[in-house]
Formats: sequence, C-alpha cells, structure tokens
Amino acid sequence: MTRRHVFFAAVLLVLLALPLFLDKYALGIFVMIFFYAYVGQSWNVLTGYTGHISLGHALYIGIGAYATTFLAQTFGITPWIGMLVGGIAAVLIALFLGFLGFRFGIRGVYFVIMTIAFAEITRLIVSHVEALGSFSGIFVDFNPSFWNFQFRGNLPYYYISLGFMLASLVAVHLIEISKLGRFMVAIREDEEAAQALGVDTFRCNMFAIAISAFMTSLAGAFYANYIYYLHPNSLFGMALSIELILRPIVGGLGTLFGPVIGSFILTPLSEISRAYFSKGGLEGLHLILYGILAILVVLFMPKGIIVYVKRALHPILGTTNAE
Amino acid sequence: MSILSANQLTKSFGGLMAVGSLSFELNEGEILGLIGPNGAGKTTVFNCLSGFLPPDEGEVFLEGQSLAGLPPFQICRRGLARTFQIVKPFLTISVLDNVMVGALTREKSTAQAQTAAGEIIEFMGLARVARQEAQGLPLPLRKRLELARALATQPKVLLLDEVMAGLNPTEVDELIGLIQEVNRRGVSILLIEHVMRGVMALSQRVIVINYGLKIAEGAPAEVVKDQGVIEAYLGKEFLIAQG
Repeated sequence: MTRRHVFFAAVLLVLLALPLFLDKYALGIFVMIFFYAYVGQSWNVLTGYTGHISLGHALYIGIGAYATTFLAQTFGITPWIGMLVGGIAAVLIALFLGFLGFRFGIRGVYFVIMTIAFAEITRLIVSHVEALGSFSGIFVDFNPSFWNFQFRGNLPYYYISLGFMLASLVAVHLIEISKLGRFMVAIREDEEAAQALGVDTFRCNMFAIAISAFMTSLAGAFYANYIYYLHPNSLFGMALSIELILRPIVGGLGTLFGPVIGSFILTPLSEISRAYFSKGGLEGLHLILYGILAILVVLFMPKGIIVYVKRALHPILGTTNAE
Repeated sequence: MSILSANQLTKSFGGLMAVGSLSFELNEGEILGLIGPNGAGKTTVFNCLSGFLPPDEGEVFLEGQSLAGLPPFQICRRGLARTFQIVKPFLTISVLDNVMVGALTREKSTAQAQTAAGEIIEFMGLARVARQEAQGLPLPLRKRLELARALATQPKVLLLDEVMAGLNPTEVDELIGLIQEVNRRGVSILLIEHVMRGVMALSQRVIVINYGLKIAEGAPAEVVKDQGVIEAYLGKEFLIAQG
C-alpha cells in the first residue's frame, strides 16, 4: 500500500510543479485535460458505476454555466455561490428525469432518448430566452479577481481545474467504498438481483443521478469563467454530450482512474490535432480521428486503456483487489 | 406455527392462469418442497411471494403480517430472501463483494458487512474463490454464490429456486448438507426443485402443483405414489400401461 502512496504523491508533485515548465498554450491543454477528466468522472458516477447511459450530460454543464453567469451578471452574486445554485438547479432537473426513468421503468435506449430530449429541450428554451442571450449567447464580463472566479493567464485555471479533478477522484473513491457505491455497482450488474438482496434501487438510482448532475454542473461554472462565452448550442448540444463521454469510455468505464487516463490520451490528441488540422483548413478532421480511436478501443480494449496502464504499472503498484 | 402463508394466491398472464387460488403454509423451521412439471407455475409463485409480481388475487403473510404491495427490497428486509433459477451474479465484482451487497442490508458498516460476508463465504465453501470475479465461476459455484448472497441478508424464510439444477450427484449431496445446516440454524425453507434426490432428502412436506393448481400435498414418500401426481408428470397413458 505504501508503494502506491509514494507513487501517487510523486504524480501529484509532478502535476503541482509542472506549470514551471509550461507555456500558456501547454497550460491550456492541461486545463482541458483536467476539465474533461472531471466531467468524465461526473458522468462516470451515473453511467460507469450505476449503468444508466446518459447522452445528455451537456445539460448539466449548461445549467451550471448559465446559472452562474446569469446570477453574476444580473445580481452580482459571486460564482462561488452561483455554482452551488446552479448545482441545485441541475440536481432538481436530474431528479425529475430520474423520477420518470426509475419510477416508471423507462430504461435502456428509452432512458438514453430521454436524457437527449431533456438536453435538447433545455437548449431550445435557452435559445429563446432574451435574458439568457437567446441565440447569440452571453459574453461573460471579465473582471479578474478571486471573488469573481476570473483570473489573468492560465496558471490559476490550471490549479483550479487540477483541484476539481483531484476532488472528484476523492469523492468518487469515497462513493466507491461506501454502501451506496456498492449498491450502485450491484444495480449496474443486475438490478433485479440487487432488489432481491434488499437494495432500494430507486433511491440509489436517484442518488447516483443527483450526484452526477451536481458534479457536472460545477464544471459548467468553471467553463463559463474560463471560456467567457456561453452559447446554447455548444453548452447544451449533443456534440458536448458525446465529447464528454469519450474519455471515460476510452479510459475505462466504471473505474476511478478511467476518465483521467482517457482524458490524458484524448484531450491532447484533440487539442493538438484540432490546431493542426484547422491550420490546413480541415476543421473537424480531429473528430474523425476520435471516432476511429473510440472504435478501436471498443473493439480491442472493451474494458478500456486502464487495463493496460494497470498492467504496465503493476511492478510499481503491486496487486490490487479483485481485478 | 406458520411463518409464511399464501392465501388464495392467483396470477394470470393474459388468458393463461399461471397460479390458481393457491394456499399453503410454511411452518417455522420447516423445509417445504414445491414441485410440479415444467410450466406448472412454480417460479410465478416465487415471484408473487417475493414481491416481483403482484398477485391478481390473494395475499401473502410473513410472520402474520401481510406483504401486499411491498416492493421486493422491503420484503427482503422483513426477512424473506430468494434465489433465482437463472442465477444472477454481479459478474464484474468479486465473490466477496457480491455477498457483501446482501450483508449490507443488515450491517451498519462495510467493515461489519465484510466480516459477515466472509463467514458466509467460508460456510458455503467459497473461500478459495472469494477474491475472484464472479464471471469466472463455473455454474455449481454460481449456484452456491446465489445461495450465499441470499443468506447474507439474514433471512427467516429462504426461497430456493432450483439451486440443484445442473449439478452432478456429488455436488447435489454437498448442497443438501449445506441446506440442512442452514435449516438447522433456524431458517425456514421453501424449495422448488426438479432434482428428486434433493427434494426427497430435504423436504419434510411436499406440495405438488400442475397448471397452477395444487394437486397433492403431504410427506414426500406418499406424494410420489399419488396417482394424480404420476399422471401430471408422466401422463394418463403411463398409468394405463402400468395397469
């Protein structure tokens, strides 16, 4: 066990010291790595651990981003509080969606369609609300200060996004070893069997979707104050919903480090290839690259790249429980 | 004294009556066999008892209290556990973690649940594979895991749905010993079984159903001689041929 601790401490130290050696562009890539690892982890709670596929998780990012920005621009409420309000809003919507799905047995592909529908409906509503900038979106006022969650340069964002990712790892690890986490996995594997063993599956499902939505919405608040521009199509759209599930899938669904590993592989690939291809006038080609990679992983590594990473790290980390 | 009783239980699927006005009592400390030809409605009875299907009519009582309208997880918490004929292990987690899910229904902390699950795994002879993922287990061990998980919920009444199907005679005998030991520790058992060796060895009483109706009830040795039962299993022609 101590070897693991040393290893993780070393990785943490490297990540903390890394900005000393990075320029602004490279820092930005790392921010996106941490951001997508965090969002992927949030989605992982519902889909990876509990087994309910959501293809509309952009909904919660959008709610977090719009709620935070709206409260800040209209009422001058600090994003640190605004993001909690956004989180609560996201939880309420998620619980409504979950209630329909889990109480009335809307499962499988029908649940997936419902998650898409919720995101799309919200996107259309936001696109028509004047106070939320309607079709043209909102430009976020830039008043850098800690209170405003806005900073000059990428360095503060690096540490904040790193903090988000680390916090999500701790949170999901705590869920993993808790009663709830064990019940979630049981539901994923066989919901009927879980019920027969005394698990209140409805309650556990509702907890899972609420936690997942809350975590995801915080990422929206971060996004708003990092990108400074909110657009309904990019924040509630299918593209983001798909983008954010690729990393945990490629890394390893339902595993603690899967989303992180997936993000460390896919995000730089995405950022660098996008920059490279769009210079040559081939915007969007990076998405094709992505698609190919995702297909290869699903075909040849259905349990995700984490299996190979674990094998590679085995001499350092030693054996772990129940692989 | 009866610990579990079914009162006029009826369940139809469309026009097909799966269970027709079935009443029986399981006495405290008893092992009661429920047998009948394929399609007789045995598993439907289990589904009605454990809350997975609401009966059209009739009621189930556990320790004198009605279970009407309760979802399966609450029925389990009241002390009625079941296994599934087609076993449903949680495939990607270890045997220990599988059993812990059941144990967590009773224990406060995961540490306590782990201890309790460990004891049951030891008792069921699964200690050697405790750390293995359930998907690596062969059928006989999966059947045991199914039983171990149900036991972990500390039931007063255990419903066993064909836990011996697909096992060889040695494995059947081992399982008979285990089930007897579970019963000796105070768990009343209702068992669906086709393996007659198991039914005869374990059951103090047997109920026979066919097309959802009770056709015989009594001591195992008497029931298998019953003309109606033989007819249900082997057909009228068999009786005629036998003279």
